[in-house]
Amino acid sequence: MPNLLQLQHIRKTFPGVVALDEVSFTIAAGEIHTLLGENGAGKSTLMNVLTGFYAPDQGNILLDDQPVRFASPRESLSQGIGMVYQHFMLVPAHSVLENILVALQNVPLLFPRRQLREKIAQTIADFGLELDLDSPVWKLSIGAQQWIELIKLLMRDCRLLILDEPTAVLTPQEAAKLFKVLAKLKQQGKSIIFISHKMREVMEISDRVTILKKGRSVTTLESGEFDQNRLAALMIGNDRIPEWQKSLPFSDELVLEIENLAVRNDRGLADLDNFSLQLKKGEILGIAGIAGNGQKALAEALTGLARVDSGKVLAAGADITRSCARSSYIAGIAHIPEDRKAIGIAPDLSLDENLILKSFRSARFRNGFFQSRRAIRQNAQEKIEQFAIKAGPSGSPVRLLSGGNIQKVIIARELSERPQVLVALYPTRGLDIGSAEYVHKVIAEGAGDGMSTILISEDLDELYKISDRIAVIFRGQLVGYVDPATASREQIGLMMSGEVPA
Amino acid sequence: MLEILLDATVRAGTPILFATLGAIINERAGIINLGIEGLMLIGALSGFAATFASGSLFLGVVAAFVAAFIAGSIHALICVQLRGNQIVSGLALTLFGVGITALFGRGLVGQTIEGFERHAVPLLAQLPLVGKAFFNQDWLIYFSFLLVIAIWFFLYHSRWGLNLRTVGENPTAADACGIPVNLYRFLAVACGSGFVGIGGAYLSLVYTPMWIENMTAGRGWIAVALVIFASWSSFRALGGAYLFGGVTAMQLRFQAMGTTVSVHILQMLPYIFTIVVLVISTLRLQKGASQQPGNLGLPYDREDRK
Ligand SMILES: Nc1ncnc2c1ncn2[C@@H]1O[C@H](COP(=O)(O)OP(=O)(O)O)[C@@H](O)[C@H]1O
Repeated sequence: MPNLLQLQHIRKTFPGVVALDEVSFTIAAGEIHTLLGENGAGKSTLMNVLTGFYAPDQGNILLDDQPVRFASPRESLSQGIGMVYQHFMLVPAHSVLENILVALQNVPLLFPRRQLREKIAQTIADFGLELDLDSPVWKLSIGAQQWIELIKLLMRDCRLLILDEPTAVLTPQEAAKLFKVLAKLKQQGKSIIFISHKMREVMEISDRVTILKKGRSVTTLESGEFDQNRLAALMIGNDRIPEWQKSLPFSDELVLEIENLAVRNDRGLADLDNFSLQLKKGEILGIAGIAGNGQKALAEALTGLARVDSGKVLAAGADITRSCARSSYIAGIAHIPEDRKAIGIAPDLSLDENLILKSFRSARFRNGFFQSRRAIRQNAQEKIEQFAIKAGPSGSPVRLLSGGNIQKVIIARELSERPQVLVALYPTRGLDIGSAEYVHKVIAEGAGDGMSTILISEDLDELYKISDRIAVIFRGQLVGYVDPATASREQIGLMMSGEVPA
Repeated sequence: MLEILLDATVRAGTPILFATLGAIINERAGIINLGIEGLMLIGALSGFAATFASGSLFLGVVAAFVAAFIAGSIHALICVQLRGNQIVSGLALTLFGVGITALFGRGLVGQTIEGFERHAVPLLAQLPLVGKAFFNQDWLIYFSFLLVIAIWFFLYHSRWGLNLRTVGENPTAADACGIPVNLYRFLAVACGSGFVGIGGAYLSLVYTPMWIENMTAGRGWIAVALVIFASWSSFRALGGAYLFGGVTAMQLRFQAMGTTVSVHILQMLPYIFTIVVLVISTLRLQKGASQQPGNLGLPYDREDRK
């Protein structure tokens, strides 16, 4: 196969960080090439260099063996390179149609709406998708939003498509559909760069895999040369995967009781409806369910972010549904939110400051009336070491960290107050194997110390591995509990679609 | 009586209408412009000076547009290219406008010119009640009608308009689609400022055809508030500007009738009205009816982490 794109000795630094040190690899025409690397290895940065968002400090890019330089996304796009970004490039307030129209090339000043509309609808249908063109984007699920991004690229006839962790936001069914679409594109001779942390997927679809580590391309492997273990070993290198053991059986003491909880969302629809749940001390309770069935509302109701319409939440016997006691108890309920950047961190504050957001009043971090810079810095250093956070230069805004490292910052902060209950929403979404394993270890160790966890996840592997019990949620109601030691995947799958076990 | 009041409403509302439309174009690109008051003054003085020197009202309008376009370009340079603070830059522009017009306008105080004449639109001017007020007016007022429609059409039916809205909502997304974000922002700020300048010129060429120091008397600030009231829509801007014009016309009427209420209180009415409008429209914003461009007030840096 001829080479479509060659990257040679790419280097990119940001103030105080070397994001890419020395990256070289090639993309052949018509292949699916996977980029694998830990969080912070530089994958997103590299892709941003390819799409013209970042200007590399050094290195060459050859397209069809001709040297090219992308000064802007516009130039990269015009050469047929398109990307589905991790944070979608959509305007939530605009309709699906407008979001696609704006990405089209060579459209006359006054667009022939009907004609274009038909063309777009045709493309959507060709790939077996369904999208309401007139609906505003904010109303759509994250999965559907990702399809819009893909349609944009398909309409532009891109030769090289880059997908940055596309499956992190998809249900297994949607992911399967995506792979079908990718296979079809490959047949048409398009090249695809695929980024994912899910080994099973990588094995399934990659023709070649390039491994990136600490800003360097380590090696490229042809299909047949790699298996899951080899890839994991190469990616992690000398870093050890943390080891942990499931904690001992939990006690029978109830720490949290939810009775007939109902929560309505902004649009007045019921997110939770007559939902009941019991959590025991030291237990890891997995909540299985397809995203959008009330998981977020559950987490928000427990952590005081959503208003409860009816029902009760009892913590160690005390009613905390609405009472003031609740706000004081909130200190005992830690939360790992789904949307990390929006509610998990204060993006423009530094790492040090983000780590004490919940405990800045504590005497430890104060010096009389003032903050104690030294104590705050020291605390940060401890956490960076303990949680293996790859931090940038001290004092830079935390939003500059890669997604996985932001997640570690949140976890480090939430656990620092030794909570009674941890409510974790998709805590390992988008994390590399090492980091995901680390999160599991932290939760399991916490359970050993008596912390109870509500682990909300779509990933059945994760739930099986770490939960003591699994509760299944469907349309805002509890379908039932199962024991991961005995229940089959099929059984849980059926319950996730609402079937109550006999 | 009602006809006269309506007529006065349209005339008092037109300068604010131009200014509000200009501000909307700025904000649709994501740039806040608090320099509206200064830009109106710059437009008013340049328009008056050009007409006074050349005798041509048309040249006056062009001069107002060009002068405000140039002054707006300073704001654009600071906010778009240099990614400076938009609030500070806008306030500085207003102070600059007030100062420079006072300085260069000294020689023109007391001079007069022949303002725009009325031209009746055939048929339409015969409509009962509204005919005279809306269709027996001067060219600038007709131009403002046209501009309201043109802006709406541009924003919602042209490719450039869609690009502009995308730039204001999410510049990163616009960039990823290949839209030159900075160019759009720059032109939107500069052209928007130009229209604000025409609003100022309406004061000095038509409303009171002469130059008076600080003759805008806070109308620019009212336009800034009306942008929110209008939810960034040109048609609602028309409504908002005429509401303000109506209150102004009425208070002038009361003054003419010689009420016992203090003139100062009467003159306050349009401004009090603006505050009330702002409170109401802000309440509405909070209820989620927001049309505010998603990235309003934020500078765009391509290399910043997304
Ligand atoms: N715009 C930026 N400014 C400063 N630092 C950045 C920026 N983008 C990425 N980085 C840094 O570059 C490194 C690589 O990050 P990234 O490319 O996001 O990794 P990955 O996508 O593999 O998780 C990280 O240390 C991150 O903090």
